[in-house]
Amino acid sequence: MYAQLIKSEATVENPKKLREFQARIDAGEKIEPKDWMPEGYRKTLIRQISQHAHSEIVGQLPEGNWITRAPTLQRKVILLAKVQDEAGHGLYLYCAAETLGASRDELNQMLLDGRMKYSSIFNYPTLTWADMGTVGWLVDGAAIMNQVPLQRTSYGPYARAMIRICKEESFHQRQGFDIMMKMANGTLEQKRMAQDALNRFWYPSLMMFGPSDSDSQHSAQSMAWKIKINTNDELRQKFVDQTVPQAEYLGLTIPDENLKWNEKKKRYDFTDPDWSEFYDVINGNGPCNVERLNARKKAWENGKWVRDGLLAHVQKTTSKTVTVE
Amino acid sequence: MTNHQSAYFEFLCHFGDNALILGHRLSEWCGHAPSLEEDIALANTALDLMGEAQLWLGLASDVEGHNRTADDLAMHRDVWDFRNFLLTEQPNGDFGQTIMRQYLFDAWHVPTLTALTSSIEKSIVEIAQKTVKEARYHLSRSRDIVIGLGDGTIESRKRMQSALELLFPYVGEFFTSDSVEQQMVKEGVLSNLDNLRKSYFEEINKTFSSATLTLPNIQFSQKGGKTGKQHSEHLGHILNQMQWLSRAYPDANW
Repeated sequence: MYAQLIKSEATVENPKKLREFQARIDAGEKIEPKDWMPEGYRKTLIRQISQHAHSEIVGQLPEGNWITRAPTLQRKVILLAKVQDEAGHGLYLYCAAETLGASRDELNQMLLDGRMKYSSIFNYPTLTWADMGTVGWLVDGAAIMNQVPLQRTSYGPYARAMIRICKEESFHQRQGFDIMMKMANGTLEQKRMAQDALNRFWYPSLMMFGPSDSDSQHSAQSMAWKIKINTNDELRQKFVDQTVPQAEYLGLTIPDENLKWNEKKKRYDFTDPDWSEFYDVINGNGPCNVERLNARKKAWENGKWVRDGLLAHVQKTTSKTVTVE
Repeated sequence: MTNHQSAYFEFLCHFGDNALILGHRLSEWCGHAPSLEEDIALANTALDLMGEAQLWLGLASDVEGHNRTADDLAMHRDVWDFRNFLLTEQPNGDFGQTIMRQYLFDAWHVPTLTALTSSIEKSIVEIAQKTVKEARYHLSRSRDIVIGLGDGTIESRKRMQSALELLFPYVGEFFTSDSVEQQMVKEGVLSNLDNLRKSYFEEINKTFSSATLTLPNIQFSQKGGKTGKQHSEHLGHILNQMQWLSRAYPDANW
């Protein structure tokens, strides 16, 4: 997902307070910024929300790659608006993380120096226009799968940010599918682009949900705190079950020879992604990790004089106003 | 096409191409701006301009009546057919150059669109009324940033002064009249722009004074974009990127 391998922080605090906190969560109450919360809850949430925010920001890059080359004016406008939405999602999420006491600059610095991660999916290249369709259809589709339940997460500002984000993401997914329909029903070359994009993005999309977490203590704690609602495997299965009929409708072939409907379990059996590739990508060795991070570092470094200049101006203006008063 | 149609078509392309090419340039920033808020704001401006380009080019295609759509005009014309100002095709450079280019353009865009709201052509009035609201917002924003960065740190002032010196030679083209424009004024499509130059300089002088920037003392101006006679080398590269996909697969429907 946009937040992968989130390590839950262990909490050593007053057992009574912890029990009361857990009881509020179990009762479905929302935790708000000024409420007491265990340090582990706070730290885990900061990590999860900022990883999601970083993913939105880095996620601008693979799609931004096609804005100037979009094939029609309408497609260009839709794509630009979509990528702009991602930046907006980043902004809400950083704000949600700030309510937990983290600063945006500090979180950004942690992204740039590698102490914080972003979703593995954005380390894959976008090579043809069909990738804009596939990213909307599969990547946003997978993101929604995780984010819809997070609208019910226990932390109020996060849940509310997620409500707005989900509305926009579902629009993004529809526009992605719309591109795929045109491609899959288009010329031979367009069909080829569509199939090629599916071939490249299928397993990376499955990896978005993260490795199986059935044995993970971290997941258990996050689920008790309702900052993780479903297991990775549940969501991955749901994603496959939803996506296979869509691919059939498009006349595209999912690149998995073992993909088969399991009548007994009422779900699809499918091949697990190559987890060694996932760990390579997460550890910085994916096809675009270096480029993506360098692009963010360059934007930040090149923008320093702008941020400093505007800040200096505000300070001058404020001091002038104060003097006049 | 009649003489009227042909002049009217070129006139509409001028407005459509300014918005399209500048919108394209701004969209290159997506994901790379100095802050998240700026990223969103630049994309917003690009979106407004792209929307404006669709309207003008859509009208141009109706006027031409050759079954060419706005997309055909954007994707299948060559450099010499484009009628945008040279300023709009200049590279983004650093953020200071981008925002200076934007300000110099916005300060022309607002009064010109305002003039078009009293055109005798109803379809022009409709587009101008919609887009001038956006352009006013662009102007207010680009002006504020030019002032903020001009009157910011030593470095930001230095960069803004260089940006102004680099881009100012492209401003003169805004005030050159040609046979197309003269005909439009004669026909009442465009109201007289005699005062445009004066009010433009009042606007920018005031801003640059607050921004502690000095207007370069130059007498020449670069031109050839508006008439299409001589664009800069940059436009070909923009078109190369913008039009490639549509041209490579002409039978495809996207």
